[in-house]
Amino acid sequence: MAAPFSWIRPHVHGLCIGPANAWIDPARPVERALVTHGHADHARGGHGEVIATRETLAIMALRYGRPGREVVAGYGESVSLPGGVRATFFPAGHVLGSAQILLEHGGERVVVTGDYKRRADPTCPPFEPVACDLFVTEATFGLPVFRHPPIKGEIGKLLEALAADPGRCVLVGAYALGKAQRLIAELRRAGWRAPVYLHGAMERMCRLYEELGVELGDLRLVADMPKAALAGQVVICPPSALNDRWTRRLPDPVTAMASGWMRIRQRARQRNVELPLVISDHADWDELTATIAEVNPAETWITHGREEALLRWCELNQRKARALALVGYEDEDD
Amino acid sequence: MRLGPGRRVGLGRLGLSGGCGHDGAMIRFAALLDALVYTRSRNGKLRLIADYLRATPDPDRGWALAALTGGLDFPAVKGSTLRALLMERVDPVLFQLSRDYVGDTAETASLLWPEPAAPQGPVPPVAAPSVSEVVTILSGLSRATAAAGLATLMDRLDANGRYALLKLATGALRIGISARLAKVAFAEAFAVPVEAVEEYWHGQAPPYGALFAWAAQGAPAPDGGQVPLFRPFMLAHPLEEGVELDLADYAAEWKWDGIRVQVVCAGGETRVYSRSGDDISATFPEIAGALSLPCTLDGELLVRGSHQGGEAGGAASFNALQQRLGRKVVSKKMAEDYPAFVRLYDALIVEGEDCRALPWARRRAVLETFSARLDAVRFDLSPVIPAAEFAELGEIRARARDEAIEGVMLKRRDSPYLAGRRAGLWYKWKRDPLLIDCVLLYAQRGSGKRSSFYSDFTFGCWNGDPDQGAELLPVGKAYFGFTDKELKWLDRHVRQHTVNRFGPVRETDKSLVLEVAFDSVHESRRHKSGLAMRFPRINRIRADKPAHEADRIETLRALVRD
Repeated sequence: MAAPFSWIRPHVHGLCIGPANAWIDPARPVERALVTHGHADHARGGHGEVIATRETLAIMALRYGRPGREVVAGYGESVSLPGGVRATFFPAGHVLGSAQILLEHGGERVVVTGDYKRRADPTCPPFEPVACDLFVTEATFGLPVFRHPPIKGEIGKLLEALAADPGRCVLVGAYALGKAQRLIAELRRAGWRAPVYLHGAMERMCRLYEELGVELGDLRLVADMPKAALAGQVVICPPSALNDRWTRRLPDPVTAMASGWMRIRQRARQRNVELPLVISDHADWDELTATIAEVNPAETWITHGREEALLRWCELNQRKARALALVGYEDEDD
Repeated sequence: MRLGPGRRVGLGRLGLSGGCGHDGAMIRFAALLDALVYTRSRNGKLRLIADYLRATPDPDRGWALAALTGGLDFPAVKGSTLRALLMERVDPVLFQLSRDYVGDTAETASLLWPEPAAPQGPVPPVAAPSVSEVVTILSGLSRATAAAGLATLMDRLDANGRYALLKLATGALRIGISARLAKVAFAEAFAVPVEAVEEYWHGQAPPYGALFAWAAQGAPAPDGGQVPLFRPFMLAHPLEEGVELDLADYAAEWKWDGIRVQVVCAGGETRVYSRSGDDISATFPEIAGALSLPCTLDGELLVRGSHQGGEAGGAASFNALQQRLGRKVVSKKMAEDYPAFVRLYDALIVEGEDCRALPWARRRAVLETFSARLDAVRFDLSPVIPAAEFAELGEIRARARDEAIEGVMLKRRDSPYLAGRRAGLWYKWKRDPLLIDCVLLYAQRGSGKRSSFYSDFTFGCWNGDPDQGAELLPVGKAYFGFTDKELKWLDRHVRQHTVNRFGPVRETDKSLVLEVAFDSVHESRRHKSGLAMRFPRINRIRADKPAHEADRIETLRALVRD
C-alpha cells in the first residue's frame, strides 16, 4: 500500500493531484487547474481547463478572458477527475465564489482550504467545516498577535471619522476583489445610504458582484465628480493608490486602510495610514487554530503565511503537521 | 498658537463628543495614544491632546498629561515583570515569533494577552478602569506584587487599552510627544498663554489639579514661587536679497553656528532651555553648574575650539557640538573633550529686573555689565561688529566663511525683546551658501500634504572619474528648497526614472543633476562618502547637465573647515 496522501504532492508552484493530472491554484499555466478563488495569487490565466465555482470562473474571465474549457462546480457538487479522484467544492467564506476543495481518492479525504475566514460576510456564504484526513490550510495571519476585532466596531470608526470633519473625505484602501465589496456591504448594513465613490480600478469587480447578485447600493466613480462634492464621502481605492498622485483630486482625504495587517501599529504607519481599519478576509489566529481543532484531521499541511507559529501550535497540541514551501502566495494587501 | 483649519481625524474615536463618564476612561486615553501614533502633523497632535484635555474630567486628564510629559514613574514595574507575566500565559516560542514580527514588546504583549473569559451567570463584567485608578494601583505595587497587580489590570482592558497601560506602566511612550509640545497643547486647550503654563507648571505635581482649576475654571493662578522659567525666544527674519539697512538704526553681531539656548537662574536653581523650550540642563551640566546669579539670558551654546572666531576664545564647529547633543548623561571625558560654553547676546531678566521692554541698546549695556560678573570659562559676550557702513558689513560677512561663522545678525537698536518673529526688528543675514552639483539617487514620499509626492531626495557625488568607472556615493538628503511647481516636476521625474523600489523609497536611474546649496560640510559617518552637509536644500534643477559632469566627492571634501 502506498504511503498516506502520496497521490497529492506539494510542488513549489502549487499542489499536484498526481492520478488526475491536475493542479490546485497553480502559479503557472497547466492543462487542468482546480481554482479555490479569484485572487491573483491563486487564480492565474492561461490554463487549458479550469474547474471552479461559477463566481470564480466569472471573476477569472473578467481578469484573464475565458480558458480553454470551464467546468462549473457548485457548492456541494462533485466533479469526477481522471484516475479515480473526486473533487467536491464547499464554501470557504473568503470572497465571492471562494471554495475549499475536498479531494477523495483511495479512501483518503483531503481538504484544501485555499484562503478562508470564519466571520460572517454579507457578500459570500460562510465556511463549512468538512471532515477529512488531511487538512491543507493557509496561515496568512498565523501569529497569535492577530485577532481580528468584530467588523462592526471598525465600520463604526470609519463612520465616526466621516462625521468628525465634514470637509474631508475618508479614503479607504481595500483589495479590489472581496474586501472592497464587503466593506461597501457592511457600510450599507450600518445604515450608510449615500453613494460610495470608487477609484476606476474598482468599478468592474463591483459591477460583476452586482451581476452575481450582491447588492452594493449607489456606486459612483471619483473621476466623474468635482473635488468639493466628495467632502464627507467614502472613497474606496486599491491599496496601491492610497499615497498615489491620484489622491490629489480628493478633498483632504483621511487615509484609511482595511486590512488585517492594520492590527500592527508600525504596519499602519509605514503605509502613512491615519485611520487603520482591522478588517480581514483571512482567518485570524483563533480561527485558524479552532478550525484545525474542529476539523480534527490526522495531518495538517500549511501552505503559506506565518507557518512557523502555526506549526509550533500543532506541535504543542500533538498534531502532525508540515509546512509546504509554495511560492507566490502572499497577501500583503489583505 | 492657533491651529489651522481642517485635518481633524479620529476625534470621534476618542469619544470626545459624548459625555465624560468616568467609566472606561482608560479606553479614551488609549484612543488618544493611538491617534497620536497615526497623526504626523504637529498641529494635528496638538489638537488631539487639547481636545482630550478639554473633554476629560479631573484627575484623569492630569494623569494623562503627566504620562505625556514623562512625569510618571512606577519603579516596581519593569520590562522583566512584563516578560515573566507573558511567559506564564504564552508559549515562549510563539511569544518570540510574535515579538520579532511586531517589533515592540508592549504592543506584542497587549495583542497576545488572553482575553478574559466572559463572566458566567449574573456577575456583572468588570468595568475598564479610569486613568487615575490605573495610576493609583500601579503606584501601590511593590516588586513582589507588581506581576499580579499588572495582570489584574490587563484583564480589565481590551488590546488598545492594554497597550496604553503597558506604555504608561513602563514609562516609555515613545510616540514623538515632547514635554514642551504637551504644554503647548495644554495652553491651546484652555486658551491661556503658554508662558503662563510654563510658569505655573513648576512646583505642581501630577495630576496638576491647581493648574487645571486655573486654566479651565478661572481659579487663581497657582503660586509657582521662584522658579527658573523658560521665556519664548525673540526670532529673526532672513534679510531679503538686496535690502540694505542703516547701521545707525541696526547693530550687527555674528551669527554663531551653535544652538540657541536660554539660561535661567531663579530660586537657587539653574536651567538650560533649548530653542523648543525643552530643558537640556542635564545634557550640559557644566553650564547649569556655573551660574548662581538670578537672571534669564539668551545666547548661543558652543564648544570651545578654534574654528569660529580664531584661536583665542574661539568656538569649535557645529560638528563638535553635535557630539554633546541629545545625551541624557555626560561622561567626564565627553565634557573634557568638548567643553561647552554660552556666548551671550541678550538679557531678558537680570537680578529681578525685567529688561524685555527696554530697547536693545539698553539691554546690551545691562548684559555687558552683568556678563563681566559671570564665570568666564562658561560665559562670554558675543561682540558687536564694528561696522559703520552696510557695504563694510557686507565685506565682513563675506569673510565669515573662513571663520566658519554662519553669517551676521542685525538687531534694531531700539527693539524691545518680544516673543516670536517680528517684522523689522531682527534680521539674520547668512553668508551665501556653498553650491555643489549632485546626482539624484533616491527619493522618498513625504508626509502630510506631501504624502503623494516624492519630496525627500537623497543625492550623491562621484568618488572618482565617472568615465573611469567611478561610483556615486550619497552625500546628503534634502526635502526643501524647491517651489511647488518644481516639486511636481521632480515627483514626475522620480516616477518615470525609477529602477528599484524599497518600500516607500524609489531608486532612480541617477540621471538628474541637482544643484544643492548648503551652509557647511563636515566629516561624518552618517553617509558612505564620510561627509555630511548642514542645511542642504535643492537650489536648482539642472536637467540640462549630464550626470557625469556632476561634482566629485573630493570637491566637497575640500570645503570641510573642521
